Amino acid sequence: MSESPIKTIVVAFLLCVVCSVMVSSTAVFLKPAQDKNKELDMKKNILSAAGLYEEGVDIEEKFNQIETVVIDFDTGLRTEAVDPESYDMVKAEKKPDLNEKIPSSEDVAKLSKRPKYAKLYLLKGPSGEIQEIILPIKSIGLWSKMYGFLALENDTKTVKGFAYYAQGETPGLGAEVQNPKWKKQWIGKELYNSNWEPVFNMVKGGVQEGNPEADHQVDALSGATITTHGVESSIHYWLGQNGYGPFLSKIRSGEFQ
Amino acid sequence: MKVKELLFKPILKNNPIALQILGICSALAVTVQLKNVLVMCAAVTLVTAFSSAFVSVIRNHIPNSIRIIVQMTIIASMVIVADQFMKAYIYEQEKQMAVYVGLIITNCIVMGRTEGFAMKNGVIASFLDGIGNGLGYSCILFVVGFFRELIGSGKLFGMPILTLTRDGGWYLPNGLFLLPPSAFFLIGCIIWVIRTYDPSQIEE
Repeated sequence: MSESPIKTIVVAFLLCVVCSVMVSSTAVFLKPAQDKNKELDMKKNILSAAGLYEEGVDIEEKFNQIETVVIDFDTGLRTEAVDPESYDMVKAEKKPDLNEKIPSSEDVAKLSKRPKYAKLYLLKGPSGEIQEIILPIKSIGLWSKMYGFLALENDTKTVKGFAYYAQGETPGLGAEVQNPKWKKQWIGKELYNSNWEPVFNMVKGGVQEGNPEADHQVDALSGATITTHGVESSIHYWLGQNGYGPFLSKIRSGEFQ
Repeated sequence: MKVKELLFKPILKNNPIALQILGICSALAVTVQLKNVLVMCAAVTLVTAFSSAFVSVIRNHIPNSIRIIVQMTIIASMVIVADQFMKAYIYEQEKQMAVYVGLIITNCIVMGRTEGFAMKNGVIASFLDGIGNGLGYSCILFVVGFFRELIGSGKLFGMPILTLTRDGGWYLPNGLFLLPPSAFFLIGCIIWVIRTYDPSQIEE
């Protein structure tokens, strides 16, 4: 009875249909709530990089001070090519019509590709002036791609905050990029010299107080040479001419409004 | 079988962790904080109960040759559904537990109950048996979680109980209790206590 091959196949088939309907309908039904959570989580990441997040604040309300803009990496100006709400840089990087190859001479951080457009966040003051610029950053670590945000003051060189929100580095070594103590030392560092070339170093053994270069340095992560190198080189890349360089210079000259 | 027996026998007399030594992996992984224990226990209990009930409904139609894979499919679907609900309503916790939610599929307790009980018993009895075994699992996890969070970080459910030296208090937390092996020692002690209380559980 239960053992004929035909019955076996029929039972297996029906079971799969029932189970897949059950799984997919829950997924579809719960999608709006899940998307909302993801969006809130991303906003929380952005606010914490900018130093605006504390336990218990109303994320949506805080986020009202922040304007989301999409810029073209090459011109450094706003673009209407994509919708700022739905545009996703991580996904765009994989789409042939939305990504660009990074010339190997420029590719210090071994990223090989980057999206054409950047989605970034501007913290606006009461009269609409730009107070902070929050840039999405991607770095290649030892095991994983690391995604984070770098918040700069409106002089475009002083760090307001820096945080990775997704990484898969070794716990206790590379994953210390998420250690609050380590992240804290970024605040107030200057990432450009007087000629507006990126200067930034991660120092083994820790930054020495009183070193004239200390303003451009943070501690390397002990035991995580490759993660450290990934962070350091990606800061050079993203602040360079192939990264956010053109955009930041337009901010300084006032061409970007 | 009586409802009471189905629900409460797995807590002390026939505990899935302490007697059957099943589901140890997740008992090590999620017991650092009681908050995670609570979520994990609720998820495992519900998944076990519903998978058992579902398997029991179709138990007379499951061909013997593919019965394990049929049970696996049902369990996996239940776990995905549970994970989807967690993503929608308790996102923060879900993110912390990450891979361990998906790994409920491999928790031997779930499959042990569907294969060992639900294949031979009625729907309601199977459902209650699933709840009962989930409760048995939860009891052990709560005891382990209680000691690990209290000794390891001086807190219970994230509320400070013992003031730590680094906050100016007197308690120096024991880092061992934040690491998975400490759960092994605790579970060992629990099994010792249970078997002293009930010598019939001692293996020859």
